[in-house]
Amino acid sequence: MTSVAPLVQAHDLAKTFDVSPPWLNRVIEGKPRLMLNAVDGVSFEIEKGKTLALVGESGCGKSTVAKLLVGLYQPTRGGLTFDGQDAHAAFKTPQGRQLRSRIQMIFQDPYASLNPRWVVEEIVGEPLREHGLITDEAQLKAKVGDLLKSVGLSPLDMVKYPHQFSGGQRQRISIARALATEPEFLVCDEPTSALDVSVQAQVLNIMKDLQRERGLTYLFISHNLAVVRHVSDHVGVMYLGRLVELADKQTLFAAPRHPYTRMLLDAIPKMHDTGHARTPVQGEVPNPLNPPTGCTFHPRCPHVNDRCRAERPQLLSIQGVKIACHAVEEGRI
Amino acid sequence: MRSTPVCGKHMSLLQVKNLMVEFPGRRGTLRALDDISFDIAPGEILGVVGESGAGKSLTGAAIIGLLEPPGRIGGGQILLEGQRIDNLPYEQMRHIRGRKIGAIFQDPLTSLNPLYTVGRQLIETIQTHLPVSNAEARQRAISLLQDTGISAAEQRMEHFPHQFSGGMRQRVVIALALAAEPKLIVADEPTTALDVSIQAQIIMLLKSICKNRSAAVMLITHDMGVIAETCDRVAVMYAGRIAEIGPVHEVINHPAHPYTEGLMAAIPDITLDRERLNQIDGAMPRLNAIPQGCAFNPRCPKVFERCRQERPDLLAAGATRAACWLHDVPVGVTA
Repeated sequence: MTSVAPLVQAHDLAKTFDVSPPWLNRVIEGKPRLMLNAVDGVSFEIEKGKTLALVGESGCGKSTVAKLLVGLYQPTRGGLTFDGQDAHAAFKTPQGRQLRSRIQMIFQDPYASLNPRWVVEEIVGEPLREHGLITDEAQLKAKVGDLLKSVGLSPLDMVKYPHQFSGGQRQRISIARALATEPEFLVCDEPTSALDVSVQAQVLNIMKDLQRERGLTYLFISHNLAVVRHVSDHVGVMYLGRLVELADKQTLFAAPRHPYTRMLLDAIPKMHDTGHARTPVQGEVPNPLNPPTGCTFHPRCPHVNDRCRAERPQLLSIQGVKIACHAVEEGRI
Repeated sequence: MRSTPVCGKHMSLLQVKNLMVEFPGRRGTLRALDDISFDIAPGEILGVVGESGAGKSLTGAAIIGLLEPPGRIGGGQILLEGQRIDNLPYEQMRHIRGRKIGAIFQDPLTSLNPLYTVGRQLIETIQTHLPVSNAEARQRAISLLQDTGISAAEQRMEHFPHQFSGGMRQRVVIALALAAEPKLIVADEPTTALDVSIQAQIIMLLKSICKNRSAAVMLITHDMGVIAETCDRVAVMYAGRIAEIGPVHEVINHPAHPYTEGLMAAIPDITLDRERLNQIDGAMPRLNAIPQGCAFNPRCPKVFERCRQERPDLLAAGATRAACWLHDVPVGVTA
């Protein structure tokens, strides 16, 4: 099943947003232009049938990466190679429609991502109609019914509106919609963070089953490391728009190398060792408009030295793990 | 620290007895909370956990007297230091709220007034409840900010809420809740809006500050990890009732109620690799369609006839108490 070339290759993806004050304020008050580097040179590969998870705290650029991958944003720099072709170039051509049908997205909030005035049949059937895959009404109905069955809903549900479903059921409708065009690659942006744990378990199980049955490739974005451990094969940890550590799941959870990864893992409340005293890392994520010099994590890092303050670390392969940290590179930790 | 305080009736700080909250509507009255009873001892941290709609926040709102109309207390009693507070007129309750019960809410941006400086809000709260001069109130406000880990507290007094980051804002909210040195703090999802690294800081702060001031905390959250790290006892809620209540490590490691058991197995564990998560099929019933008998019976793997007929009360089940017929010894265990 696994081919030699990875299905998805992101190389040096970057997205800069112009958040400058309006023109008049700049002229009168002399305010400068402001550029926000939401994603700043992110590279990774995902093999077919595998799951890469991106984790990080709010504002680290996870969701921007997701939107870059599905073509909702144009990258400022870098690009995405999907199945051997340059995706962002292809999205602009008429053939790009076909490529878009192979990459689909599941959004975080199932209350906001489904049109409240459409019935489920229209919601799930829309991608099929849009891409001209099925034009016959009866066939469309049958296909929507099959899709609903594959996510554990009943075909009889297709006449209902989104408000008639619970959060978990709605998220299954979004999964059914994402699966409609039979994509190979699914970008899931926090698909379970709006759900309760028992419902989250249902949705995660369905996603894993579908991956096994259909050989789907996932990019799974989450801030919840426990969920990431459950679903992923490889994990990328992001901090202020950059990848700081990229490793396979076992290695990352058994032996986290980057100080930020260690901090994240340590900060998670554990259910089974109660009373264990932790020393949470002080400080907060810096303002991305004015990021620290050198390594952006240095103000919070316990292993900081002068080099960290001055020079930005590159993502290097060290002992099979990709990591951006001077301290690890120099063997200090 | 982990030991469970003895909960004699006379020494509880807060007693909730058979609390019922209802929402009258055109199609009949919905009972959102039904027969909730628990105590909190002085200095104890009680966790209240459950899925959305289980009634966690409503329990907190009823205790601090901030039920949104048309919601109302339809029965039962809430006693603070032996005195009933559920039937107090609004003005009297206002004095108890803040002075004796502090509240921390989920979203720190909406619980602060954006138009006043943080210092002014703190001083106002202190002077509302305590007879102190302006200078004393200011001094107190500064030391509160310092206690909650805000550096350069004197300068920060003059800042507006939007000038604080999320974690810092939540520290200000905690400082506000502690301003009049209340005996009980109701914290409703205090860390849900925060990132994990900040969440850890806030939990540590909440724990240490309550220990230092021997304030009791009712911590409402859906995050079992937070409960495990913070609380002495935990109440698990389901469909407006308490399903299980007991010492936190007992409930987590030896859950007595099938719902608690399912819930624990559904949580992905950061320290374990599992191929599949346990799932509880179905969803929590809506308030207008709570099944007869035990509310969990349609989803329960261990359901038997009695569960469909009679509603169980909290029964002793090992070290915890669970509302489940499996623990009714005379009838015998059928599962």
